[in-house]
Amino acid sequence: MHGRRRPGEGLGTYLLLILILLPFLFPLGWMFLSSFKTQVENTAYPPVWVFTPTLQNYREVFIKNPFFQFTLNSMIVAAGSTGLALILGLPGAYAVARFKQSGIALAILTARMAPGISYLIPWFILFTKLKLIDTYTALILTHLIVALPLVLWVMIGFFEDVPGEMIEAARIDGCSNFSAFLRVALPLVKPGIVATAILSFIFSWNNFLFSLIIAGFKTRTLPIAVYNFLSYEEINWGGLTAAATIITLPVLILSLFIQKHIVRGLTLGALKG
Amino acid sequence: MTTNSRSLPPPARSSSGWALFIERHPVLVFTSPATVVVFILMVFPVFYTVYMSLHSWFASSVTAPEFIGLANFKRAFTQDERFRNAVWLTLYFTVLATAMQVVLGVALALLLNRPFRGKGFFRSIFLLPMVATPVAIALVWMMMYNPTLGVMNYLVGLVGLGPFKWVSDVRLVIPALAVVDTWEWTPLITLITLAGLATLPLEPYESALIDGATPAQMFWRITLPLLRPTIMVALLFRSIDCLKTFDIIYVMTAGGPGFASETLNVYTFQVGLFYFHIGYACSLLVILFALVLGVSLVLIKVRRGSW
Repeated sequence: MHGRRRPGEGLGTYLLLILILLPFLFPLGWMFLSSFKTQVENTAYPPVWVFTPTLQNYREVFIKNPFFQFTLNSMIVAAGSTGLALILGLPGAYAVARFKQSGIALAILTARMAPGISYLIPWFILFTKLKLIDTYTALILTHLIVALPLVLWVMIGFFEDVPGEMIEAARIDGCSNFSAFLRVALPLVKPGIVATAILSFIFSWNNFLFSLIIAGFKTRTLPIAVYNFLSYEEINWGGLTAAATIITLPVLILSLFIQKHIVRGLTLGALKG
Repeated sequence: MTTNSRSLPPPARSSSGWALFIERHPVLVFTSPATVVVFILMVFPVFYTVYMSLHSWFASSVTAPEFIGLANFKRAFTQDERFRNAVWLTLYFTVLATAMQVVLGVALALLLNRPFRGKGFFRSIFLLPMVATPVAIALVWMMMYNPTLGVMNYLVGLVGLGPFKWVSDVRLVIPALAVVDTWEWTPLITLITLAGLATLPLEPYESALIDGATPAQMFWRITLPLLRPTIMVALLFRSIDCLKTFDIIYVMTAGGPGFASETLNVYTFQVGLFYFHIGYACSLLVILFALVLGVSLVLIKVRRGSW
């Protein structure tokens, strides 16, 4: 506000920014706009840009479909897999960072490179035999395949930032290995844990492939509900975009809180953005 | 490693056997929960896939899997026209999508590499395509690509192009899908490159200026070589993911029209979870995994900086 204008910070820069952002925002904006249009406006050509918004599409989505149930299913699976991944992954990431066990981390990264379907087929066969198809247990376990490597890899980076002297000092004061982890290291990486938890939640919330096969009618998650919606409502664009907005909006809002960590999460800790 | 616990005095409160065990074997205790679960969830399925790839089995409880050696692989490489088509489409999609997003992503980063206020805000907006739910993205693009009513034909019409049939056109479907992937992931490349640009040393530019180098020369001779490691890692990350792309393709085209967008991952899904030809699907997965692993090994080499 008071400082001098930095070089390059002129009208041109902001015009450039808008020009670059526009194509990346447009599809999401179009989805949002279409969800407030009537069927007539949505099928008009050339497209309608100015219109009176209606909430009819949202009303229909919730009245015609058990969308509250789908949302609840998505939340249970995302929270369950995230919670489990944190419990299992946090001590592991701590040990990898503190005792330099990079072999374990590398093995997990390699396993993460396998195509999702190669995990899905064995688990599908096993869950069918155990009659676990269409249960939260099966869904949470398959989503853990994505969540656990994510937690491990992202948290290793955060634990590596904890100064070793603090742990040493606690150990000399008589702290056991476990309480040094619980009382010293964990509180220091709290922001990292929050970011990782949100990332893992988003990954599970967005997951399509695993839920498509493992979820049934009782545990159907939002992406599958929207996909099924697509197959029998091909032309009801208002309803479809309303459903798409309902599923995407929470993710977009959550992502704003952790924007600094998303690149790290998406590249499994390999790169910071 | 364990030298830490040996050199330190034994903690006062570790009286029970369990606490003593943690003191003696911290690595084992801390890593085993994750390792065991990863082994069960991820390593076992990979071995199962390799085992099944040597068998013929239709997911039936009556007939057991029959060992047929490498016959599945022989069939894929010599008799299966659909497999060859899928391999070609997978490579076509991967090369096209990665090339588009890396070139565009780096170009945008170079344009944006200047000071401006509201960088955080800009980043938040720019991140949205990659966190948005893939099914929703696919749905919106399907609507935008609609041949008669879609907004894409309207937009390209404004500059005198089209109308196109986009994903309903056998020849356009892969490029159209690559555009969606590019829309989703270009911001990632841009943000990674921007972070890389921020760490570049100033000295080479200063001496280049003194030597009278043009901006173009500085870009090709200094910026690009210095950015190479960053770009390489981004490129490999994206190509690995492109090889495995499923959600967008399955929702938008399910491999169609005909088999015009049936990539290896989509084909394997159909073979395994639609026709339930588990053995054959597993051999296709081994081939896909070999493809991805090959690229991953290069990635790990690059990450260690030994390449």
